[in-house]
Amino acid sequence: MEFFIQLLVNGISIGFLYGLAAMGFVMIFKSSSVLNFAHGELMALGAFVFLVLIGWAELPIYVAFPLALAGSFILGFVVERLFLRPLIGEPLIYVIMLTVGLASIFKGIMLFIWGGNLYTFPDFLPAGLAIHWGSINIPPVYVVSVIIGLIFLMLFGLFFKYSSQGIYMRSVADNQPAALSLGVHVRKVFALSWAIAALVAGMSGIVLGTINGINVHDLSSIGLKVFPVVILGGLDSIGGAVIGGIIIGLLETFTGGYLSTSLRDVVPYIALVFILMVKPYGLFGLVEIERV
Amino acid sequence: MRKLHFHPCGNFNERYEQELTIFETDFGRTSLAAGLVILFAVVPYASGPYLLYVLNIAAITAIAAIGLNILIGFTGQLSLGHGAFFGVGAYAAAILSTEVGFPFLLAVPSAGLITAMVGTLFGLPSWRLKGLYLTIATLAGQFIIEYLLVHWEGLTKGTMGIVLPGISIFGVAFDTDRSFFYIAYTCLIIMTLVAVNLMRTSYGRAFIAIRDNDRAAEGMGIPILSYKLLSFAISSFYAGVAGALWAYYMISITAEPFNLGLSVEYIAMVIIGGLGSIAGSIYGALFIVGLNEGLRWLTGILMSVDMLSAVGFSMAPLREIAFGAAIVLFILLEPRGLAEVWRIIRSNFRLWPFSY
Repeated sequence: MEFFIQLLVNGISIGFLYGLAAMGFVMIFKSSSVLNFAHGELMALGAFVFLVLIGWAELPIYVAFPLALAGSFILGFVVERLFLRPLIGEPLIYVIMLTVGLASIFKGIMLFIWGGNLYTFPDFLPAGLAIHWGSINIPPVYVVSVIIGLIFLMLFGLFFKYSSQGIYMRSVADNQPAALSLGVHVRKVFALSWAIAALVAGMSGIVLGTINGINVHDLSSIGLKVFPVVILGGLDSIGGAVIGGIIIGLLETFTGGYLSTSLRDVVPYIALVFILMVKPYGLFGLVEIERV
Repeated sequence: MRKLHFHPCGNFNERYEQELTIFETDFGRTSLAAGLVILFAVVPYASGPYLLYVLNIAAITAIAAIGLNILIGFTGQLSLGHGAFFGVGAYAAAILSTEVGFPFLLAVPSAGLITAMVGTLFGLPSWRLKGLYLTIATLAGQFIIEYLLVHWEGLTKGTMGIVLPGISIFGVAFDTDRSFFYIAYTCLIIMTLVAVNLMRTSYGRAFIAIRDNDRAAEGMGIPILSYKLLSFAISSFYAGVAGALWAYYMISITAEPFNLGLSVEYIAMVIIGGLGSIAGSIYGALFIVGLNEGLRWLTGILMSVDMLSAVGFSMAPLREIAFGAAIVLFILLEPRGLAEVWRIIRSNFRLWPFSY
């Protein structure tokens, strides 16, 4: 029973992390319908920038964290401006492959600078955040990730519902020509959504790096795990990303706990195929109505 | 003897057959024939063992790339599982030749057929999914197959790998790079011919109709599910044949090379070569294989420079960067790929030397 509850708690907290990582991904898809294969690399870049700021420059965390996020924000902006903007209106496969190429370049640059080694952040979270409840232990990082996840979920919910930029983004996602004709600055919307997505990716990279250590290969493979998460929730639903993350997190920890650890990494994909056969647009995704 | 056809200075086609023709001019036909003679009679003897190895790998890769182009470029279904299908073909050939004792000539097509079945199975999600969702479903297929190749130890011997017997056709042993060259290029030419002609039949036109708009294609009476599955099957057949050849060439195989990176590499070939162009797939395969080997050569040179190796200069990242940069630059500068570059070069010489 205790084992079960511990697995449950682990699964939910890992799931929140996946959800957090997936949020930035959904952000890009929601505004520009781009499937971003460089997401894991953006996460890793954010984590490495934070590592440099906090470890090498020895800045205090309340300076380093916003600086790292600002760096990610600018990076997202630049990526959109240089690489994605020329492709507006091009077929999907070019855009997808462009992000694959970008992922490869980013990964190469990071391997070039930091190599394939595992780094860890200096311990900066207060130990008081840990939750002990009977024999169940939740380390502070997980608590922080759940809190950050909830905060961002709420912020995004409000942003998309009430702010004018958020409404522009939704309108562009819904129908690009219609949004253009109503005076929405589509290019600005794309740039902003990439910048925000890179920021969220950087942040989730920092959180994940605090838990597992920072390694180029690990973080970029988590970027691939984002796919079952977002597809499960529906590519364009931010709440769905979190729920999909929790489902995948639970599936993983329970298979890891009860069946076998090697099966752990495949189970999300098996579940994904079956869920997609029943619900082709994910659990909360918008059903596209096509006209010829 | 009829008059030779040369390029007219405009499009004077009057019948559909003229549109469908493979060789627009007799010049193309004769130069291709001359090229084939050179390929088979001169190239294997003029090149050293290393160049032969690279050429053989390029031929195998090109077969798989043609298969992927049929699926992506002609049918419009973006698949991220081609590397895994290639692996299925390699393992099918290895298991058939060691456990069942199939000879080479039987093992390769059977491996292709088995892979085609597996490909159809993983193409089934296209029943309800399309676009990005289908892409992710094929990504799931990639990971599931990869897992099975490593962990289904009863069949694939897991991380031990399988050692294949040497190739022999009717008692003649094909055990050198040069003799394999003939096998690889004969296969490539047959597969290219099949693909080029397939795209001129009603099947090929149905694929193209599905790519351009599957709802409209359905409305015109094309059963889209069976055609999508057929496309998956054909594409994986190519991957399977290529995988089988690769397994025979490499002699021993493990599951490691058939990862997502390989699938991405194949998509890169198809894009760099040119979507919807059979010849383009061959150019793309040559480009990527050439890039890989060129970087390996560069690595060798840079590693011998003492100053660089002294600071622990690692070259693995260079490959990632060059590979990514090639994809990004092609997409940004010439999205229609090398096939289009070649077409432009050719059309510049069309009225040569009287271009004005």
